[in-house]
Amino acid sequence: MTNSAVAVAVDGLRVIRGGREVLRSVSFDVPRGSVTGLLGPSGCGKTTLMRAIVGVQIVAGGTVTVLGQPAGDPLLRDKIGYATQNAAVYADLTVTECLTYFASVLRVDDPAADARRVIADVDLTDHAGKLVGNLSGGQRGRASLAVALLGTPELLVLDEPTVGLDPVLRDDLWTLFHRIAERGTTLLVSSHVMDEAARCDRLLLMREGVLLADDTPEGLRAHTEQSDLEQAFLRLVRESEAAA
Amino acid sequence: MSTVINPGITLATAKRILNQLRHDPRTIAMLLLVPTVLMVLLRFVFNNEMAFSRTAPALLGVFPFVIMFLIASITTLRERTTGTLERLMTLPMGRLDLLFGYAIAFGVLATLQVTIATTVSLLWLGLDIAGSVWTLLLITILDALLGMALGLFVSAFATSEFQAIQFMPVFALPQILLCGLFVPRDAMANVLNWLSDVMPLSYAVDALTAVTVTENWDGTLVRNLIVVAACAILALMLGAATLRRRTP
Repeated sequence: MTNSAVAVAVDGLRVIRGGREVLRSVSFDVPRGSVTGLLGPSGCGKTTLMRAIVGVQIVAGGTVTVLGQPAGDPLLRDKIGYATQNAAVYADLTVTECLTYFASVLRVDDPAADARRVIADVDLTDHAGKLVGNLSGGQRGRASLAVALLGTPELLVLDEPTVGLDPVLRDDLWTLFHRIAERGTTLLVSSHVMDEAARCDRLLLMREGVLLADDTPEGLRAHTEQSDLEQAFLRLVRESEAAA
Repeated sequence: MSTVINPGITLATAKRILNQLRHDPRTIAMLLLVPTVLMVLLRFVFNNEMAFSRTAPALLGVFPFVIMFLIASITTLRERTTGTLERLMTLPMGRLDLLFGYAIAFGVLATLQVTIATTVSLLWLGLDIAGSVWTLLLITILDALLGMALGLFVSAFATSEFQAIQFMPVFALPQILLCGLFVPRDAMANVLNWLSDVMPLSYAVDALTAVTVTENWDGTLVRNLIVVAACAILALMLGAATLRRRTP
Protein backbone atom coordinates (compact mmCIF):
# COMPACT_ATOMS: atom_id res chain seq x y z
CA MET A 1 0.00 0.00 0.00
CA THR A 2 0.98 3.61 -0.23
CA ASN A 3 3.18 5.25 2.27
CA SER A 4 1.36 8.23 3.77
CA ALA A 5 4.68 9.96 4.48
CA VAL A 6 5.36 10.10 0.75
CA ALA A 7 3.52 12.68 -1.35
CA VAL A 8 4.97 11.77 -4.73
CA ALA A 9 6.57 8.43 -5.65
CA VAL A 10 8.20 8.22 -9.06
CA ASP A 11 9.53 4.85 -10.15
CA GLY A 12 11.40 4.12 -13.37
CA LEU A 13 9.70 6.98 -15.21
CA ARG A 14 10.48 7.18 -18.92
CA VAL A 15 9.14 9.83 -21.25
CA ILE A 16 9.74 10.08 -24.98
CA ARG A 17 9.00 13.35 -26.74
CA GLY A 18 9.61 13.88 -30.43
CA GLY A 19 11.52 10.58 -30.70
CA ARG A 20 13.95 11.60 -27.97
CA GLU A 21 14.09 10.03 -24.51
CA VAL A 22 13.55 13.10 -22.32
CA LEU A 23 13.35 11.21 -19.02
CA ARG A 24 15.47 8.10 -18.65
CA SER A 25 14.25 5.86 -15.84
CA VAL A 26 13.84 8.49 -13.15
CA SER A 27 12.99 7.30 -9.62
CA PHE A 28 12.57 9.27 -6.39
CA ASP A 29 10.18 10.00 -3.52
CA VAL A 30 9.05 13.40 -2.32
CA PRO A 31 8.26 13.44 1.43
CA ARG A 32 5.00 15.05 2.52
CA GLY A 33 5.18 18.59 3.89
CA SER A 34 8.61 19.26 2.38
CA VAL A 35 9.86 21.89 0.00
CA THR A 36 11.71 19.94 -2.69
CA GLY A 37 13.76 21.77 -5.27
CA LEU A 38 14.04 20.36 -8.77
CA LEU A 39 17.20 21.81 -10.24
CA GLY A 40 19.07 21.48 -13.45
CA PRO A 41 19.92 23.35 -16.62
CA SER A 42 17.29 24.45 -19.10
CA GLY A 43 16.10 21.53 -21.23
CA CYS A 44 17.12 18.80 -18.77
CA GLY A 45 13.56 17.47 -18.41
CA LYS A 46 12.31 19.38 -15.35
CA THR A 47 9.11 20.55 -16.99
CA THR A 48 8.40 17.10 -18.46
CA LEU A 49 8.87 15.52 -15.04
CA MET A 50 6.49 18.04 -13.47
CA ARG A 51 3.93 17.45 -16.23
CA ALA A 52 4.13 13.71 -15.56
CA ILE A 53 3.47 14.31 -11.86
CA VAL A 54 0.50 16.56 -12.61
CA GLY A 55 -0.77 13.88 -15.00
CA VAL A 56 -0.83 15.78 -18.31
CA GLN A 57 2.19 14.05 -19.85
CA ILE A 58 1.93 10.86 -21.89
CA VAL A 59 4.56 8.57 -20.41
CA ALA A 60 6.41 5.68 -22.03
CA GLY A 61 7.06 3.66 -18.89
CA GLY A 62 7.33 3.57 -15.13
CA THR A 63 4.85 4.71 -12.50
CA VAL A 64 4.05 8.02 -10.86
CA THR A 65 2.00 7.89 -7.67
CA VAL A 66 0.69 11.14 -6.23
CA LEU A 67 -0.97 11.29 -2.80
CA GLY A 68 -1.62 7.55 -3.04
CA GLN A 69 -3.27 7.73 -6.48
CA PRO A 70 -1.85 7.18 -9.95
CA ALA A 71 -0.89 10.56 -11.46
CA GLY A 72 -3.73 12.09 -13.44
CA ASP A 73 -6.46 10.38 -11.40
CA PRO A 74 -9.64 12.52 -11.33
CA LEU A 75 -9.55 12.40 -7.50
CA LEU A 76 -6.35 14.47 -7.60
CA ARG A 77 -7.77 17.37 -9.59
CA ASP A 78 -8.61 19.56 -6.61
CA LYS A 79 -5.59 18.43 -4.59
CA ILE A 80 -2.78 19.60 -6.85
CA GLY A 81 -1.89 23.21 -7.58
CA TYR A 82 0.13 23.50 -10.78
CA ALA A 83 1.78 26.59 -12.20
CA THR A 84 3.46 26.26 -15.56
CA GLN A 85 6.52 28.19 -16.62
CA ASN A 86 4.53 30.35 -19.02
CA ALA A 87 1.82 32.30 -17.25
CA ALA A 88 -1.34 30.30 -18.02
CA VAL A 89 -3.82 33.04 -17.20
CA TYR A 90 -6.36 35.00 -19.26
CA ALA A 91 -4.76 38.22 -20.49
CA ASP A 92 -8.15 39.80 -21.21
CA LEU A 93 -9.50 39.45 -17.66
CA THR A 94 -8.63 41.43 -14.55
CA VAL A 95 -6.50 39.65 -11.95
CA THR A 96 -9.56 39.33 -9.70
CA GLU A 97 -11.85 38.02 -12.46
CA CYS A 98 -9.26 35.51 -13.56
CA LEU A 99 -8.64 34.09 -10.09
CA THR A 100 -12.34 34.11 -9.19
CA TYR A 101 -12.99 32.03 -12.31
CA PHE A 102 -10.35 29.42 -11.47
CA ALA A 103 -11.66 29.34 -7.88
CA SER A 104 -15.16 28.62 -9.24
CA VAL A 105 -13.77 25.77 -11.34
CA LEU A 106 -12.22 24.38 -8.15
CA ARG A 107 -15.64 24.71 -6.50
CA VAL A 108 -14.32 26.50 -3.39
CA ASP A 109 -17.04 27.82 -1.07
CA ASP A 110 -16.44 31.52 -1.65
CA PRO A 111 -14.52 32.03 -4.93
CA ALA A 112 -14.24 35.82 -4.53
CA ALA A 113 -12.79 35.57 -1.01
CA ASP A 114 -10.36 32.83 -2.01
CA ALA A 115 -9.23 34.92 -4.98
CA ARG A 116 -8.57 37.89 -2.64
CA ARG A 117 -6.55 35.64 -0.31
CA VAL A 118 -4.20 34.31 -2.99
CA ILE A 119 -3.84 37.74 -4.64
CA ALA A 120 -2.60 39.03 -1.28
CA ASP A 121 -0.31 35.98 -0.95
CA VAL A 122 1.52 36.86 -4.18
CA ASP A 123 1.47 40.60 -3.37
CA LEU A 124 -0.77 41.69 -6.24
CA THR A 125 -3.53 43.36 -4.20
CA ASP A 126 -2.62 46.77 -5.60
CA HIS A 127 -3.03 45.42 -9.13
CA ALA A 128 -6.14 43.29 -8.55
CA GLY A 129 -8.33 45.45 -10.81
CA LYS A 130 -5.86 45.57 -13.69
CA LEU A 131 -6.11 43.46 -16.81
CA VAL A 132 -3.64 40.57 -16.66
CA GLY A 133 -2.41 41.56 -20.13
CA ASN A 134 -1.34 44.96 -18.81
CA LEU A 135 0.81 43.51 -16.01
CA SER A 136 4.57 43.20 -16.22
CA GLY A 137 6.01 39.77 -16.96
CA GLY A 138 6.88 39.14 -13.32
CA GLN A 139 3.45 40.22 -12.14
CA ARG A 140 1.78 37.98 -14.69
CA GLY A 141 3.89 35.06 -13.45
CA ARG A 142 2.72 35.77 -9.92
CA ALA A 143 -0.92 35.88 -11.07
CA SER A 144 -0.36 32.45 -12.60
CA LEU A 145 1.29 31.23 -9.38
CA ALA A 146 -1.72 32.50 -7.43
CA VAL A 147 -4.00 30.15 -9.39
CA ALA A 148 -2.01 27.20 -8.03
CA LEU A 149 -2.57 28.43 -4.46
CA LEU A 150 -6.37 28.49 -4.76
CA GLY A 151 -8.41 26.10 -2.65
CA THR A 152 -6.54 23.75 -0.34
CA PRO A 153 -4.01 21.90 -2.49
CA GLU A 154 -2.05 19.12 -0.80
CA LEU A 155 0.67 19.30 -3.42
CA LEU A 156 2.01 22.33 -5.24
CA VAL A 157 3.96 21.78 -8.43
CA LEU A 158 5.56 25.07 -9.42
CA ASP A 159 7.62 25.36 -12.57
CA GLU A 160 10.20 28.15 -12.20
CA PRO A 161 7.88 30.38 -10.15
CA THR A 162 10.54 32.95 -9.26
CA VAL A 163 12.14 33.46 -12.65
CA GLY A 164 12.57 37.12 -13.56
CA LEU A 165 11.57 38.44 -10.14
CA ASP A 166 13.54 40.97 -8.12
CA PRO A 167 15.48 39.57 -5.14
CA VAL A 168 13.12 40.98 -2.50
CA LEU A 169 10.07 39.46 -4.12
CA ARG A 170 11.88 36.18 -4.66
CA ASP A 171 12.74 36.09 -0.98
CA ASP A 172 9.10 36.84 -0.07
CA LEU A 173 7.89 33.98 -2.25
CA TRP A 174 10.32 31.49 -0.72
CA THR A 175 9.11 32.58 2.72
CA LEU A 176 5.55 32.01 1.49
CA PHE A 177 6.50 28.52 0.19
CA HIS A 178 7.84 27.54 3.61
CA ARG A 179 4.78 28.96 5.34
CA ILE A 180 2.59 26.82 3.05
CA ALA A 181 4.75 23.75 3.73
CA GLU A 182 4.35 24.26 7.50
CA ARG A 183 0.61 23.70 7.02
CA GLY A 184 1.47 20.23 5.68
CA THR A 185 1.39 21.01 1.97
CA THR A 186 4.10 19.44 -0.16
CA LEU A 187 5.92 21.68 -2.62
CA LEU A 188 7.92 20.70 -5.66
CA VAL A 189 9.59 23.81 -7.06
CA SER A 190 11.79 23.87 -10.12
CA SER A 191 14.52 26.38 -10.73
CA HIS A 192 17.64 26.72 -12.76
CA VAL A 193 19.29 29.11 -10.32
CA MET A 194 21.41 27.35 -7.77
CA ASP A 195 21.13 30.03 -5.10
CA GLU A 196 17.53 28.95 -4.56
CA ALA A 197 18.65 25.41 -3.83
CA ALA A 198 19.78 26.35 -0.33
CA ARG A 199 16.20 27.26 0.59
CA CYS A 200 14.87 23.76 -0.15
CA ASP A 201 14.50 20.89 2.32
CA ARG A 202 15.45 18.42 -0.35
CA LEU A 203 17.07 18.69 -3.75
CA LEU A 204 16.63 16.74 -6.93
CA LEU A 205 19.40 17.49 -9.41
CA MET A 206 18.75 16.61 -13.03
CA ARG A 207 20.80 16.64 -16.15
CA GLU A 208 19.90 15.33 -19.60
CA GLY A 209 16.91 13.38 -18.37
CA VAL A 210 18.75 11.61 -15.58
CA LEU A 211 18.54 12.24 -11.85
CA LEU A 212 22.04 12.99 -10.57
CA ALA A 213 21.21 13.47 -6.91
CA ASP A 214 18.32 13.17 -4.47
CA ASP A 215 19.54 14.57 -1.18
CA THR A 216 19.28 17.38 1.38
CA PRO A 217 21.40 20.48 0.71
CA GLU A 218 23.63 19.51 3.68
CA GLY A 219 23.93 15.93 2.48
CA LEU A 220 24.90 17.15 -0.96
CA ARG A 221 27.55 19.47 0.41
CA ALA A 222 28.96 16.72 2.62
CA HIS A 223 28.93 14.10 -0.13
CA THR A 224 30.69 16.33 -2.67
CA GLU A 225 32.88 18.11 -0.13
CA GLN A 226 31.83 21.47 -1.59
CA SER A 227 30.35 24.29 0.48
CA ASP A 228 28.83 25.91 -2.58
CA LEU A 229 25.85 24.07 -4.11
CA GLU A 230 26.73 25.23 -7.62
CA GLN A 231 30.15 23.63 -7.21
CA ALA A 232 28.54 20.54 -5.72
CA PHE A 233 26.36 20.20 -8.80
CA LEU A 234 29.37 20.59 -11.10
CA ARG A 235 31.22 17.91 -9.13
CA LEU A 236 28.27 15.52 -9.58
CA VAL A 237 28.13 16.21 -13.31
CA ARG A 238 31.87 15.45 -13.65
CA GLU A 239 31.51 12.27 -11.58
CA SER A 240 28.65 11.03 -13.77
CA GLU A 241 30.58 11.86 -16.93
CA ALA A 242 33.65 10.02 -15.64
CA ALA A 243 31.49 7.00 -14.81
CA ALA A 244 29.90 6.94 -18.25
CA MET B 1 -16.19 11.05 -14.86
CA SER B 2 -15.18 13.91 -17.06
CA THR B 3 -18.26 13.53 -19.23
CA VAL B 4 -20.53 14.66 -16.42
CA ILE B 5 -21.65 18.27 -16.63
CA ASN B 6 -21.26 20.44 -13.59
CA PRO B 7 -23.69 23.37 -14.05
CA GLY B 8 -21.75 25.65 -11.68
CA ILE B 9 -18.52 25.25 -13.64
CA THR B 10 -20.30 25.48 -17.00
CA LEU B 11 -21.97 28.76 -16.04
CA ALA B 12 -18.77 30.15 -14.50
CA THR B 13 -17.04 29.38 -17.81
CA ALA B 14 -19.74 31.10 -19.87
CA LYS B 15 -19.51 34.13 -17.58
CA ARG B 16 -15.73 34.14 -17.88
CA ILE B 17 -15.87 34.13 -21.70
CA LEU B 18 -18.40 36.97 -21.73
CA ASN B 19 -16.21 38.87 -19.23
CA GLN B 20 -13.22 38.46 -21.55
CA LEU B 21 -15.24 39.95 -24.40
CA ARG B 22 -16.56 42.75 -22.17
CA HIS B 23 -12.99 44.02 -21.85
CA ASP B 24 -12.83 44.22 -25.63
CA PRO B 25 -15.65 46.64 -26.60
CA ARG B 26 -14.54 46.87 -30.21
CA THR B 27 -14.99 43.14 -30.72
CA ILE B 28 -18.42 43.30 -29.09
CA ALA B 29 -19.46 46.20 -31.31
CA MET B 30 -18.32 44.36 -34.42
CA LEU B 31 -19.97 41.12 -33.34
CA LEU B 32 -23.30 42.80 -32.77
CA LEU B 33 -23.33 45.19 -35.72
CA VAL B 34 -21.38 43.72 -38.64
CA PRO B 35 -24.15 41.36 -39.86
CA THR B 36 -26.65 44.24 -39.67
CA VAL B 37 -24.37 46.55 -41.64
CA LEU B 38 -23.91 43.82 -44.25
CA MET B 39 -27.66 43.39 -44.54
CA VAL B 40 -28.05 47.13 -45.12
CA LEU B 41 -25.35 46.95 -47.76
CA LEU B 42 -27.06 43.99 -49.42
CA ARG B 43 -30.37 45.86 -49.47
CA PHE B 44 -28.81 48.73 -51.39
CA VAL B 45 -26.90 46.39 -53.69
CA PHE B 46 -30.18 44.82 -54.80
CA ASN B 47 -32.00 48.15 -54.68
CA ASN B 48 -35.20 46.10 -54.90
CA GLU B 49 -37.22 44.78 -51.95
CA MET B 50 -38.38 41.64 -53.75
CA ALA B 51 -34.89 40.51 -54.70
CA PHE B 52 -33.63 41.40 -51.23
CA SER B 53 -36.39 39.38 -49.55
CA ARG B 54 -35.42 36.35 -51.61
CA THR B 55 -31.74 36.31 -50.56
CA ALA B 56 -31.77 38.03 -47.19
CA PRO B 57 -33.06 35.18 -45.00
CA ALA B 58 -30.32 32.84 -46.21
CA LEU B 59 -27.69 35.46 -45.48
CA LEU B 60 -29.18 36.09 -42.04
CA GLY B 61 -28.09 32.51 -41.39
CA VAL B 62 -24.78 32.62 -43.23
CA PHE B 63 -23.27 35.76 -41.64
CA PRO B 64 -23.56 34.58 -38.01
CA PHE B 65 -22.33 31.14 -39.09
CA VAL B 66 -19.12 32.61 -40.51
CA ILE B 67 -18.52 35.08 -37.68
CA MET B 68 -19.08 32.52 -34.92
CA PHE B 69 -16.85 30.04 -36.74
CA LEU B 70 -14.00 32.56 -36.73
CA ILE B 71 -14.47 33.80 -33.17
CA ALA B 72 -14.81 30.31 -31.72
CA SER B 73 -11.79 28.90 -33.51
CA ILE B 74 -9.55 31.80 -32.49
CA THR B 75 -10.69 31.84 -28.85
CA THR B 76 -10.22 28.12 -28.35
CA LEU B 77 -6.91 28.17 -30.18
CA ARG B 78 -5.79 30.90 -27.79
CA GLU B 79 -6.92 28.77 -24.88
CA ARG B 80 -4.72 25.96 -26.20
CA THR B 81 -1.62 28.04 -26.96
CA THR B 82 -1.55 30.11 -23.75
CA GLY B 83 -1.68 27.00 -21.58
CA THR B 84 -5.00 27.86 -19.92
CA LEU B 85 -6.57 24.77 -21.51
CA GLU B 86 -3.91 22.51 -20.01
CA ARG B 87 -4.43 24.23 -16.67
CA LEU B 88 -8.20 23.70 -16.83
CA MET B 89 -7.61 20.03 -17.70
CA THR B 90 -5.69 19.59 -14.43
CA LEU B 91 -8.66 21.03 -12.51
CA PRO B 92 -12.00 19.36 -11.70
CA MET B 93 -13.46 20.58 -14.98
CA GLY B 94 -15.28 18.26 -17.37
CA ARG B 95 -14.58 18.66 -21.06
CA LEU B 96 -18.27 19.22 -21.64
CA ASP B 97 -18.28 21.94 -18.97
CA LEU B 98 -15.83 23.86 -21.09
CA LEU B 99 -17.61 23.24 -24.40
CA PHE B 100 -21.07 24.02 -23.07
CA GLY B 101 -19.65 27.10 -21.35
CA TYR B 102 -18.51 28.23 -24.78
CA ALA B 103 -21.82 27.24 -26.35
CA ILE B 104 -23.79 29.28 -23.78
CA ALA B 105 -21.58 32.37 -24.04
CA PHE B 106 -21.51 32.38 -27.84
CA GLY B 107 -25.18 31.37 -27.95
CA VAL B 108 -26.04 34.54 -26.01
CA LEU B 109 -23.95 36.63 -28.39
CA ALA B 110 -25.37 34.91 -31.46
CA THR B 111 -28.92 35.53 -30.24
CA LEU B 112 -28.22 39.24 -29.79
CA GLN B 113 -26.44 39.46 -33.14
CA VAL B 114 -29.18 37.71 -35.07
CA THR B 115 -31.97 39.57 -33.28
CA ILE B 116 -30.50 42.94 -34.20
CA ALA B 117 -29.90 41.98 -37.85
CA THR B 118 -33.37 40.43 -38.22
CA THR B 119 -35.15 43.34 -36.54
CA VAL B 120 -33.42 45.90 -38.74
CA SER B 121 -34.11 43.83 -41.87
CA LEU B 122 -37.80 43.43 -41.07
CA LEU B 123 -38.47 46.98 -39.89
CA TRP B 124 -36.34 49.15 -42.15
CA LEU B 125 -35.03 47.12 -45.03
CA GLY B 126 -38.39 45.83 -46.18
CA LEU B 127 -37.69 42.14 -45.62
CA ASP B 128 -40.95 40.28 -46.07
CA ILE B 129 -41.28 36.70 -44.87
CA ALA B 130 -44.32 34.47 -44.98
CA GLY B 131 -43.33 32.35 -42.00
CA SER B 132 -42.92 33.27 -38.34
CA VAL B 133 -40.15 35.56 -37.14
CA TRP B 134 -39.53 33.14 -34.27
CA THR B 135 -38.82 30.29 -36.65
CA LEU B 136 -36.43 32.55 -38.52
CA LEU B 137 -34.66 33.45 -35.27
CA LEU B 138 -34.51 29.82 -34.18
CA ILE B 139 -32.87 28.74 -37.44
CA THR B 140 -30.35 31.58 -37.46
CA ILE B 141 -29.35 30.91 -33.85
CA LEU B 142 -28.88 27.23 -34.69
CA ASP B 143 -26.71 28.35 -37.62
CA ALA B 144 -24.57 30.49 -35.36
CA LEU B 145 -24.19 27.60 -32.91
CA LEU B 146 -23.27 25.28 -35.77
CA GLY B 147 -20.58 27.75 -36.86
CA MET B 148 -19.33 27.95 -33.30
CA ALA B 149 -19.22 24.18 -32.86
CA LEU B 150 -17.36 23.68 -36.16
CA GLY B 151 -14.93 26.47 -35.24
CA LEU B 152 -14.24 24.81 -31.90
CA PHE B 153 -13.64 21.49 -33.58
CA VAL B 154 -11.33 22.63 -36.36
CA SER B 155 -9.27 24.82 -34.03
CA ALA B 156 -7.87 21.56 -32.68
CA PHE B 157 -6.09 21.09 -36.01
CA ALA B 158 -4.58 24.57 -36.13
CA THR B 159 -1.26 25.27 -34.52
CA SER B 160 -1.23 28.98 -35.23
CA GLU B 161 -3.77 31.76 -35.59
CA PHE B 162 -2.84 32.04 -39.27
CA GLN B 163 -3.93 28.46 -39.82
CA ALA B 164 -7.08 28.92 -37.74
CA ILE B 165 -8.17 31.86 -39.89
CA GLN B 166 -7.54 29.90 -43.09
CA PHE B 167 -9.83 27.13 -41.91
CA MET B 168 -12.67 29.57 -42.49
CA PRO B 169 -12.27 29.52 -46.30
CA VAL B 170 -11.55 25.78 -46.12
CA PHE B 171 -14.56 24.74 -44.05
CA ALA B 172 -17.05 27.57 -44.41
CA LEU B 173 -16.72 28.92 -47.96
CA PRO B 174 -17.45 25.63 -49.79
CA GLN B 175 -20.58 25.30 -47.68
CA ILE B 176 -21.62 28.84 -48.62
CA LEU B 177 -20.95 28.22 -52.33
CA LEU B 178 -22.90 24.96 -52.34
CA CYS B 179 -25.76 25.78 -49.96
CA GLY B 180 -28.07 26.99 -52.69
CA LEU B 181 -27.46 30.67 -52.20
CA PHE B 182 -25.92 31.23 -55.62
CA VAL B 183 -27.39 28.38 -57.65
CA PRO B 184 -30.37 26.25 -56.55
CA ARG B 185 -29.06 22.96 -55.17
CA ASP B 186 -31.04 20.75 -57.56
CA ALA B 187 -29.64 22.69 -60.53
CA MET B 188 -26.07 21.74 -59.64
CA ALA B 189 -24.06 18.94 -61.23
CA ASN B 190 -24.59 15.59 -59.48
CA VAL B 191 -21.30 15.56 -57.62
CA LEU B 192 -21.83 19.08 -56.33
CA ASN B 193 -25.37 18.21 -55.33
CA TRP B 194 -24.11 15.24 -53.32
CA LEU B 195 -21.48 17.39 -51.68
CA SER B 196 -24.09 19.95 -50.83
CA ASP B 197 -26.22 17.14 -49.34
CA VAL B 198 -23.56 16.35 -46.73
CA MET B 199 -22.96 19.96 -45.75
CA PRO B 200 -24.99 21.14 -42.78
CA LEU B 201 -25.30 24.73 -43.98
CA SER B 202 -27.36 23.52 -46.96
CA TYR B 203 -30.07 22.33 -44.58
CA ALA B 204 -29.98 25.62 -42.69
CA VAL B 205 -30.41 27.63 -45.88
CA ASP B 206 -33.20 25.31 -47.09
CA ALA B 207 -34.96 25.92 -43.79
CA LEU B 208 -34.47 29.68 -44.06
CA THR B 209 -35.82 29.68 -47.61
CA ALA B 210 -38.85 27.71 -46.42
CA VAL B 211 -39.55 30.36 -43.79
CA THR B 212 -39.50 33.03 -46.46
CA VAL B 213 -42.10 31.42 -48.69
CA THR B 214 -44.50 29.62 -46.35
CA GLU B 215 -45.81 29.80 -42.81
CA ASN B 216 -46.28 26.04 -42.57
CA TRP B 217 -44.08 23.86 -40.40
CA ASP B 218 -43.85 20.89 -42.69
CA GLY B 219 -41.87 17.70 -42.30
CA THR B 220 -39.00 18.97 -44.44
CA LEU B 221 -38.54 22.04 -42.27
CA VAL B 222 -38.51 19.94 -39.11
CA ARG B 223 -36.04 17.51 -40.69
CA ASN B 224 -33.78 20.38 -41.78
CA LEU B 225 -33.78 21.86 -38.29
CA ILE B 226 -32.96 18.50 -36.75
CA VAL B 227 -30.08 18.01 -39.21
CA VAL B 228 -28.60 21.42 -38.32
CA ALA B 229 -28.98 20.85 -34.58
CA ALA B 230 -27.57 17.32 -34.81
CA CYS B 231 -24.56 18.56 -36.78
CA ALA B 232 -23.90 21.26 -34.17
CA ILE B 233 -24.06 18.66 -31.40
CA LEU B 234 -21.88 16.24 -33.38
CA ALA B 235 -19.27 18.97 -33.95
CA LEU B 236 -19.33 19.78 -30.22
CA MET B 237 -18.79 16.11 -29.36
CA LEU B 238 -15.94 15.86 -31.87
CA GLY B 239 -14.58 19.04 -30.29
CA ALA B 240 -14.75 17.35 -26.88
CA ALA B 241 -12.76 14.44 -28.25
CA THR B 242 -9.98 16.83 -29.26
CA LEU B 243 -9.59 18.14 -25.69
CA ARG B 244 -6.97 15.85 -24.26
CA ARG B 245 -5.96 15.74 -20.63
CA ARG B 246 -2.67 14.07 -21.49
CA THR B 247 -0.53 15.34 -24.34
CA PRO B 248 2.85 14.19 -25.71
